[in-house]
Amino acid sequence: MSVPPAAPPVVPPAAGSRLPRRAAVLGGNRTPFARAGRAYAQASARDLLTAALDGLVARYGLAGEQLGEVVAGAVLQHSKDLNLTREAVLSTALSPRTPTYDVAQACGTGLEAAVLLANKIALGQVESGIAGGTDSASDAPIAVDDGLRRVLLALSRARTPQQRLAALARLRPGHLRPSTPRVTEPRTGLSMGEHAARTAAQWGVSREAQDLLALESHRHLAEAYERGFFDDLLTPYLGLRRDDNLRPDTSLEKLAKLPPVFGRDGEVPATMTAGNSTPLTDGAAVVLLASDEWAAEHRLDVLAHLVDAQTAAVDHVRAGEGLLTAPVFAVPELLRRNGWTLDDLDLVEIHEAFASTVLATTAPWEDEEFCRTRLGLDGALGTIDRKKLNVAGSSLATGHPFAATGARILATTATLLAERGGGRALISICAAGGQGVAALVEAP
Amino acid sequence: MSAPADAYARFVRQGPGAALAQRLGAPRPAALRRWAPDQELLTGPLLVLGAAAAPLAADVARWLTAAGADVVESPGDDRLGAVVLDASAVRTTADLASLREPLAPAFRRLAPNGRVLVLGGLPGQTATVEAAAVQQALEGLVRTLGKEARAGATANLLRVGEGAGEALRGPLEFLASARSAFVSGQVLEVGTARAGADGPAAAGPRTAVVTGAAQGIGAAIAEVLARSGTHVVCVDLAAQGEQLARVANRVGGSALHLDITADTAPAALAEHLLRRHGGVDVVVHNAGITRDRSFVNLDDAGWSSVLEVNLRAPLRLTDGLLTREGALRPRARVVQLSSINGIAGAKGQANYAASKAGVIGMVRALDARLAPTGGGANAVAPGFVETAMTARMPLLPREVGRRASSLQQGGLPVDVAEAVAFLAGPAAAGVGGQVLRVCGQNLLGA
Repeated sequence: MSVPPAAPPVVPPAAGSRLPRRAAVLGGNRTPFARAGRAYAQASARDLLTAALDGLVARYGLAGEQLGEVVAGAVLQHSKDLNLTREAVLSTALSPRTPTYDVAQACGTGLEAAVLLANKIALGQVESGIAGGTDSASDAPIAVDDGLRRVLLALSRARTPQQRLAALARLRPGHLRPSTPRVTEPRTGLSMGEHAARTAAQWGVSREAQDLLALESHRHLAEAYERGFFDDLLTPYLGLRRDDNLRPDTSLEKLAKLPPVFGRDGEVPATMTAGNSTPLTDGAAVVLLASDEWAAEHRLDVLAHLVDAQTAAVDHVRAGEGLLTAPVFAVPELLRRNGWTLDDLDLVEIHEAFASTVLATTAPWEDEEFCRTRLGLDGALGTIDRKKLNVAGSSLATGHPFAATGARILATTATLLAERGGGRALISICAAGGQGVAALVEAP
Repeated sequence: MSAPADAYARFVRQGPGAALAQRLGAPRPAALRRWAPDQELLTGPLLVLGAAAAPLAADVARWLTAAGADVVESPGDDRLGAVVLDASAVRTTADLASLREPLAPAFRRLAPNGRVLVLGGLPGQTATVEAAAVQQALEGLVRTLGKEARAGATANLLRVGEGAGEALRGPLEFLASARSAFVSGQVLEVGTARAGADGPAAAGPRTAVVTGAAQGIGAAIAEVLARSGTHVVCVDLAAQGEQLARVANRVGGSALHLDITADTAPAALAEHLLRRHGGVDVVVHNAGITRDRSFVNLDDAGWSSVLEVNLRAPLRLTDGLLTREGALRPRARVVQLSSINGIAGAKGQANYAASKAGVIGMVRALDARLAPTGGGANAVAPGFVETAMTARMPLLPREVGRRASSLQQGGLPVDVAEAVAFLAGPAAAGVGGQVLRVCGQNLLGA
């Protein structure tokens, strides 16, 4: 394989985590996720967030409770949803005196929100809070054409009839075409899938490996549902009880039949299909964090602690680094800082934006040269044991409402750790704009 | 005052509908007075009558005055809010004969939604055959008064054990109040308050668990229990989670997704209650299903699934709580939902009737087990109640179900919930192993 030219490590080295205390993950809740345009076609991102919050409030008996803060966000956000989280909280059973703020870090939003809240808890600024995210691809904002927008703004500034006429005279038929948000990188013009296809080709990720990962995601999620794992993580919404993207009966044969949709103009055969990529999805997820003291006062069990987190970004524009490969750099630094190795991990959660993303995240860690030249390590970081990877299914099966994914994964991971009665876990999430966020979680 | 829930009852309430119904002699169900915040106990003055020695009359007048009643010496111009007749010392046929003279004019003067409460003795505590006969006669009298009472008024008999003392106070207040709107023609026994019943828990239960709380009667029970500050753990299937969350948040309680028939359910529930709440004071077994089929057409799944949910699950859950140290707090009370169909049987409901009769046996035996801890177990047997389940019934049986009671209407979920909350609280400290029907004096299994 070809390794990009040597560059300084993306992540500047930092001292080990010296937070005064660790924030505890007490539990989570999410709506079942729905493919865009289906069960939640009429629900807004705010409706979804409200539902996810109310389910959490009910599960933990928080009605009327004033929490330290609620922090959440959405990737596809309407301009009218200024104060999205605040407006959602005012619709829930939480005390209206609970402060909120919105955050955005593309698909990293949910996990970043949890990290921000955890840091405040660690610093003693708040004792409890809820972090999460919501997205509705069905209820995506539609903007008017930029030209039309300028005409309308000019019209509103016009004082005289002549000025009004002059403004209107600039109207063109093409202005009436609405502009819908696309999953396209503004600086490259390429869709996220095309970017991922390039990275997959670069690391030689095969179609078979991707389909197998997708199959395992569906199988793991179906098993988790069967054993009631999600009874305490999910609250039905609008009649939907399970993620409607889940295909418990899918098979390698069925997945192999799907035509490639990304990377069709590349030099190598295209490998990415609708089966090994996530669909546009609607849903919301939230997670309850608190100090150990708050948890004890409220008689709530600590499922796990959020140990540390690391974000990273790559230069996908000029250096041509893989758009979704920032976690490749974030994770080794995070492990190093905490003195953990891949072998210390009992569970690994790598967000499945595409099956190829997961495989192109782990492949560099097995590559000695890459790890030496790009990560500044003595040798390969190591191999992720597949038995530890995304054991309750991930985004390929659940679907991926962008901002909701981080809270889904954190709540799932903490519950898995509590279920196995101990252990350590890594969470890694890639995000648009060449960013990524990773976190370490440990059972109490 | 809350309007009757069904369209017919609203039609005959006033205007042409009322005139038509009067002409035809068709039933005209009254709007029942139900609980509301800061409500007077009674709608008019209270008259306390005594027959024979009437040893309870003075206490009754004192207690109900403290609860806000205005006691009068004789039926005056105002219509009476309630008449209490202390017949607990009635022993002879002569005593019985003497009842009519004071009671009849008082009964005539009863206000709409008025209350007739007759106090009798416990059947097992009578010394003579005649006394037993005379005491039994009170039931025929009270049940008839229930049927003859008009405009939402009710009549009930409290059988008071010797030495019941203060334990009578709670049941008396409940049956006098608007909380017992749909309870009529019933007999409730009151014994001595159990040990420690006037201890810390006298303030009311801290934590309660209600199964099947996502909708209907279960949701209403959660709401009424929460009214007095009880934290209600609302249990239902994960599939019902959306409605369950709504109920839990409305009542300031919490939601627990649990399939009560699962093998792990008893241990999981005990664990949850212990860890999250340090044990539970009240357990309400409300979850239930129907699979109606005539007995000969009932297959094994239809027969056993109903028994599984309605009978085996409450047995196992209770057992799980009893065997887990600390899961049931001292003076814990269990309230089980039965049904008048469990008492009378019902065509097409062999499975349901068996399960709902079974739970009556359960609370009797369980009460004996809980009594030494100061706790108790009782059942509530609803009659026709307006729920999503009865709304799905065919029109004719539904109409018959509604009108076949002295109050000539279906009850509301809150009526059942009020009875459950009464039996769950310190007011019922002297009530154990009983079945309280909330049926508007339904003709079934009376």
